[in-house]
Amino acid sequence: MVDTRVVNSSVMERKAEVKNLDFYYGSAKALKSVSMVVWDRRVTALIGPSGCGKTTLLRCFNRMHDLYPGNRYDGEILLDGVNILEKQIDPIEVRMRVSMVFQRPNPFPKSIYENVAYGLRVQGITEKSLLDEKVEKALQGAALWNEAKDRLKEPAYNLSGGQQQRLCIARAIATEPNIVLFDEPTSALDPIATSSIEELMNELKEQVTILIVTHSMQQAARVSDYTAFMYLGEMVEFNETNLLFNKPADQKTQDYVSGRFG
Amino acid sequence: MAQAEFSQSNSQSDYLQQIRASVARRELISKLFGVLGLLVISIATLILIALVAQLFVQGIPRLNWKFFTSFPSSDFNEAGILSAWVGSLLVMLTTMVIAVPLGVAAGIYLEEYAPKNWLAALIEINVTNLAGVPSIVYGLLALGLFSTVLNLGESILTAGLTLALLILPIVIVTTREALRAIPSSLREAAYALGASRWQMIWDHILPYSSGSILTGIIIGLSRAIGETAPLITIGALTYIAFLPPSPIQSQFPFISFEWLTAPFTVLPIQMFNWVSRPQPEFQVNAAAAGVVLILLTLTLNAFAIYLRYRLRKGVKW
Repeated sequence: MVDTRVVNSSVMERKAEVKNLDFYYGSAKALKSVSMVVWDRRVTALIGPSGCGKTTLLRCFNRMHDLYPGNRYDGEILLDGVNILEKQIDPIEVRMRVSMVFQRPNPFPKSIYENVAYGLRVQGITEKSLLDEKVEKALQGAALWNEAKDRLKEPAYNLSGGQQQRLCIARAIATEPNIVLFDEPTSALDPIATSSIEELMNELKEQVTILIVTHSMQQAARVSDYTAFMYLGEMVEFNETNLLFNKPADQKTQDYVSGRFG
Repeated sequence: MAQAEFSQSNSQSDYLQQIRASVARRELISKLFGVLGLLVISIATLILIALVAQLFVQGIPRLNWKFFTSFPSSDFNEAGILSAWVGSLLVMLTTMVIAVPLGVAAGIYLEEYAPKNWLAALIEINVTNLAGVPSIVYGLLALGLFSTVLNLGESILTAGLTLALLILPIVIVTTREALRAIPSSLREAAYALGASRWQMIWDHILPYSSGSILTGIIIGLSRAIGETAPLITIGALTYIAFLPPSPIQSQFPFISFEWLTAPFTVLPIQMFNWVSRPQPEFQVNAAAAGVVLILLTLTLNAFAIYLRYRLRKGVKW
């Protein structure tokens, strides 16, 4: 099971591993014994029709489900070998290591600078020069620095939709997390903004592990190294992206990627 | 064949006429409702404007510097509202200091912290109902609890506590509504960065909703400023010719809270007192005091609108 191939001249490492994960919204079972591997500094895409559980799975990685009563996990998600679903692990700690970019750009109604700095402030960084440095680095990482450097004090809402989403990416990478989760990050954006976000993900994976939920199979094929196809809460197939799209092992995967349903 | 075509076009024009008749009928009903609505709102507004105008015509000539700086007097020309407006001011201040932190904190707790179970539902129903309890009932409660049991007497503190109790439900309910209006996407954004619940509330939800919360506070205060019944119940004086001790003093520690225990009157009570006198000149005094009260309320409301505008500028989602 250990993959020894060498990609980008670096040895593949497991960043996270999902083992037999069940998830319940109240009494409704949304994930059924899901298992998968998230490779370090690769892009892993979760695809599948609406209601298949891909977003549910994504939100397990930063324990977002803990915010709402009645949700229950059963199984393991190992992050660097530690099960982050354990009761005694504080979800806040998990979220400081696994950040998230949402479906619609949701910047805070504050300045561009404060949006990016917030995660750092939460972690207790108060030194102005260090904040400045990290904010600049994050905005550069999100390819927004050139557009934003002269308007850091302006409200984030003055930015266009695509810029707002890149700001949210800057906010998510500012704290140098282990994994960044993307929940259909381009579904509210136009094609040009979408391609700039996709390019960005390609650059980001040099630094950080990315897990992305997407409705668009083309997007999964374009941006990801690995793809997981989910259906009705089950992990149907998980493989390298080009294998999953070109030589699917399962009939359901075959039907989905060829556009026969979904 | 020609016959058939003719009857078809005939039925076509019949059909069009039917549609037009139906549209005309429905538009007529729509217009009728518009006219009715305009009529109702005009009558309501005109009556209100007439009342206020009459009050202003009667009261404004009486308004001068001396009216604000004189104590009440049996001579209607000498009588003023000094003790009343100072009393109103101090009572409002006390009310605000008590009701705002309590109400906002309770609103935050109920909306953000309390588990959503039957107990929370019960508390919610009760808080909402409390907003509709007649103010005199609060007066009776205060007379028993604050004046007698806690032995606070007929003081500004008792009045402030009473009115705070009265507007607490308003502050709680508007705080909750303001918090609820913040979209969950912003809450999730804060949580996703590792914010604790309190950081999420303090850094985000509260600043974004502060405009609406302040509006609620001011609406509550402008209700409190016109309250008469509960204050008469707890024994506010109707005639008082001295001021409470000044909160600012010349010696150390320069601030004194002695005024909290002082007897007092407020504007609406002063007004009530003058209205009940037989001499028509006192009616003019009452109208003048009424003008001051209305202007105060309007100023408070204008301030609320201004704050909401200022705080919501740049805060949209």
